[in-house]
Amino acid sequence: MQRRRFLSHGAQALAGLVALPFCARVAAAAPADTPRFLLVFLRGGYDAMSLLVPATAFYREVRPSIGLPWAQGEARGAVPLDAAWALHPAAESALRPLLQARQIAFVPFAGTDDTSRSHFETQDSIELGQPLNTRRDFRSGFLNRLAAALPDCPAMSFTDQLPTVFRGPAEVANVSLKSVPKPALNPALSSALDRMYAHHALGRAVQEGFEVRQEVSQEMSDPSMGYAGEMQAANRQAVSANGFEQEARRVARVMRERYALGFVDVGGWDTHVNQGQLDGALPTRLGQLARGLAAYADEMGPAWARTVVVVVSEFGRTLRENGNRGTDHGHGSVYWVMGGGLSGPAVVGEQVAVEARQLFQDRDLPVLNDYRGLLGGLLRRQYGLSPAALDRVFPGARPRELGLI
Amino acid sequence: MLKGCAGGAVIAGASLVLPGCAGPRRSARGPSPDRFEPTQAPAVSGAPALYRFVDRLSWGASDVELERASRLGPARYLAQQFTVAGAGGLPDAAQQQIDASGIASVSLPALIQRLEPLRQANDRQPYQQELNRLGQAAATRHLLRALHSPQQLREHMTWFWLNHFNVHMHKADLRAMVADYEDQALRPHALGRFRDLLGEVVHHPAMLRYLDNEQNAAGHLNENLARELMELHTLGVDGGYTQQDVQELARVLTGHGLAHGDQPPRVRRELQPYVVRQGLYEFHPGRHDFGSKRVLGQTIEGRGPYELSQVLDGLAAHPSTARLVTRKMAVYFLGDDPPAALLERMRRMFLHSGGHIGRTLEVLLTAPEFTAADRAPFKDPMHFVVSAMRMSFGNRVASDLRPALQWLNRLGEGLYNRQTPDGYPLGAQAWSSSGQMTSRFEVARAIGTGAPALFRRDDAPAMAPPPPSLPLPSLPPPSPPPPWPALAQSASYAQLRPLLGPDTRAALDATRSPADWNTLLLSSPEFQYR
Repeated sequence: MQRRRFLSHGAQALAGLVALPFCARVAAAAPADTPRFLLVFLRGGYDAMSLLVPATAFYREVRPSIGLPWAQGEARGAVPLDAAWALHPAAESALRPLLQARQIAFVPFAGTDDTSRSHFETQDSIELGQPLNTRRDFRSGFLNRLAAALPDCPAMSFTDQLPTVFRGPAEVANVSLKSVPKPALNPALSSALDRMYAHHALGRAVQEGFEVRQEVSQEMSDPSMGYAGEMQAANRQAVSANGFEQEARRVARVMRERYALGFVDVGGWDTHVNQGQLDGALPTRLGQLARGLAAYADEMGPAWARTVVVVVSEFGRTLRENGNRGTDHGHGSVYWVMGGGLSGPAVVGEQVAVEARQLFQDRDLPVLNDYRGLLGGLLRRQYGLSPAALDRVFPGARPRELGLI
Repeated sequence: MLKGCAGGAVIAGASLVLPGCAGPRRSARGPSPDRFEPTQAPAVSGAPALYRFVDRLSWGASDVELERASRLGPARYLAQQFTVAGAGGLPDAAQQQIDASGIASVSLPALIQRLEPLRQANDRQPYQQELNRLGQAAATRHLLRALHSPQQLREHMTWFWLNHFNVHMHKADLRAMVADYEDQALRPHALGRFRDLLGEVVHHPAMLRYLDNEQNAAGHLNENLARELMELHTLGVDGGYTQQDVQELARVLTGHGLAHGDQPPRVRRELQPYVVRQGLYEFHPGRHDFGSKRVLGQTIEGRGPYELSQVLDGLAAHPSTARLVTRKMAVYFLGDDPPAALLERMRRMFLHSGGHIGRTLEVLLTAPEFTAADRAPFKDPMHFVVSAMRMSFGNRVASDLRPALQWLNRLGEGLYNRQTPDGYPLGAQAWSSSGQMTSRFEVARAIGTGAPALFRRDDAPAMAPPPPSLPLPSLPPPSPPPPWPALAQSASYAQLRPLLGPDTRAALDATRSPADWNTLLLSSPEFQYR
């Protein structure tokens, strides 16, 4: 495949952009020791306080019907991670091997300084990754700027549309793997179309689209690891693979073979009504997500050792349950960090006790771990980005060390 | 008297004398002046400008549409868009399909009642199947009208409002409600007053259920509808409201929900006059917070259902709403970054006319900027699919539109299928990525080769076999495969040809197969813009 965004390494070294990037060895395919990064966006503002359960009496008091008890003896409940936090059992069961290997950590009090409590505004804020108090460029997402800073790391958005986070001058392809893509038009028609768009602003996107479709459909139909392989892998699971688990396996397979930077989003988290406690709508969703991410780690194989996955959501939800056994739009959330090379405690970052006096505007979890600092710190470790390069990805942000990589 | 004031609502109990006597749905201005004669003529001179005018105003230029516009002339063509009401004028085959689906012949309460035994059955599958059928019938009707209605502006704007006031049909039983939502709340007001449209939307069961307001009650607040009503439907996120305003509006909205059963809700005697029931909509005073509220600096005294009317009046007349709504309409018709001077003229007309959508559209459609060649709005998937089908098939009515509904879903813009309340994005960037273009070309290929799946008759297998004693009836000969659309010979192509660039002409001229030729034309860069 022709990648048109490569700069020569010499030019980058001269410009002092990067300590020689790890993706340098990527040619047609990405070898196992290429560092990879996948961003998972939970759209809708997931209720983080149903995933990571604080030990405080205040929590139980303000969530009389949806708050989770901690597991005790035979009684079901959230599974303790440390003295202050426990994990929803629906997620814990799927994540147990990763927890035992210390390959997953949670960052409570994570989020943005955007207090609009609007899904769309806050999703944009995160995807743009630009300071709020400046005139923001709405055509420049932070993963696009990262792709530009790592010009030899092929990037792919596993979505039907190119999300804001990947928009910008660096050419990034997109293909959804919710279903198995088929090859596009026959070669005669695709080359006629390539010629039609040769001098058009969309020409590169058109050409890229044909190439990516071709490659990905080949990847999926390769009998050694393609569709047949997928079916076998799924059948080995005790629980049959749901939509996201299959999608996550496909994403892993394509990233393992070809891409260093990836993005995927998962919807359906806006739980204003009857969200459930131990069982119900939200626990089902958390279980599907956890199984999908565990499947992703599994499918990456040896490449998992150099892969980092971060799970974010636009905001957390109100700490107090609302009148409908649900929760409304809030502020601070809990982010996830996963990776084969991680080592550290299961809960990291700046913390305070979840008490009434600590709440933001007397209703939400405060944000103590800014998403830009947190992601900046991880990406600096993962890719050895220079301060100048990092400042282009997250202008004006101070990278935060979580001590995980 | 009350009946008229409340927009036809049945208010139980004794009379209520209310200042202004504004019913919950409508503004106090009286009936919507939906139909009117435009006073301006479109800025159209010459065939290319007429082509752009028709292509942008309608769901896409076709031989049928171009013939109508040139027969009437641009001024009368535009006037007809504003003066004819209703959704009639469809080809018989299209109207028959709509009639046969039954979605228009039963009221929403009757429909929900009919579904009730299915919903309560142990086997839920028949219930889900019927909901799927209803959702599909509504989407089919929407597409049939977009493809074939002579009232193109109304249809074009009905999709716009459906998107602006988005609901997701896969939530709960909304598949049974979207047909009524579109036909009762949106289409009749699509060119009328914004305030009337807003009132219908906010009181419609589909919206009340979609944004959880049926759960919103005094002491058990749910902010969902309150927030989106200000952020998405009216003021916009920077429109000047606070978290406090959201909470206060949520209190105003308490009690507005769905009726359950035949009996009005049992409430204390003094609250009985406040009970409102209209169709599936209900105002339940027992669930309402009657305390006074403060929304956007204005005090709202506890008046039950009429508080909402007062707030909607304020929201509809707010300058931030005028800015948001007029800008969105301009982007819809003209693409990203519409001209500032035109935006200003539209904004002023919106405020001056009391939020009249048709009058505001008249400013847009008759502006020289509307037909300017230097603007080229990129087609989102709905515009692409509908315009390609209109150009290829004209008024040949598909017998089965499911493949077209599927194309829209695959391209990420399925009807009633946006999960989040913000609706689909309108800007070019959202729809022109590499993966989008590849999928779009595949749809062009399907249409360019005649899309036989659209024209199959699927009622044949349902015929009962004849009794064995009778001889087999002689079957009619199988209908010939539908021809490829003769795009190269169409009047629309004759208009489009001079607008094509050299690369596109070269590729078309080098192609011999008519199906490939069609595919290339519908995939060409020029066809992706309006």
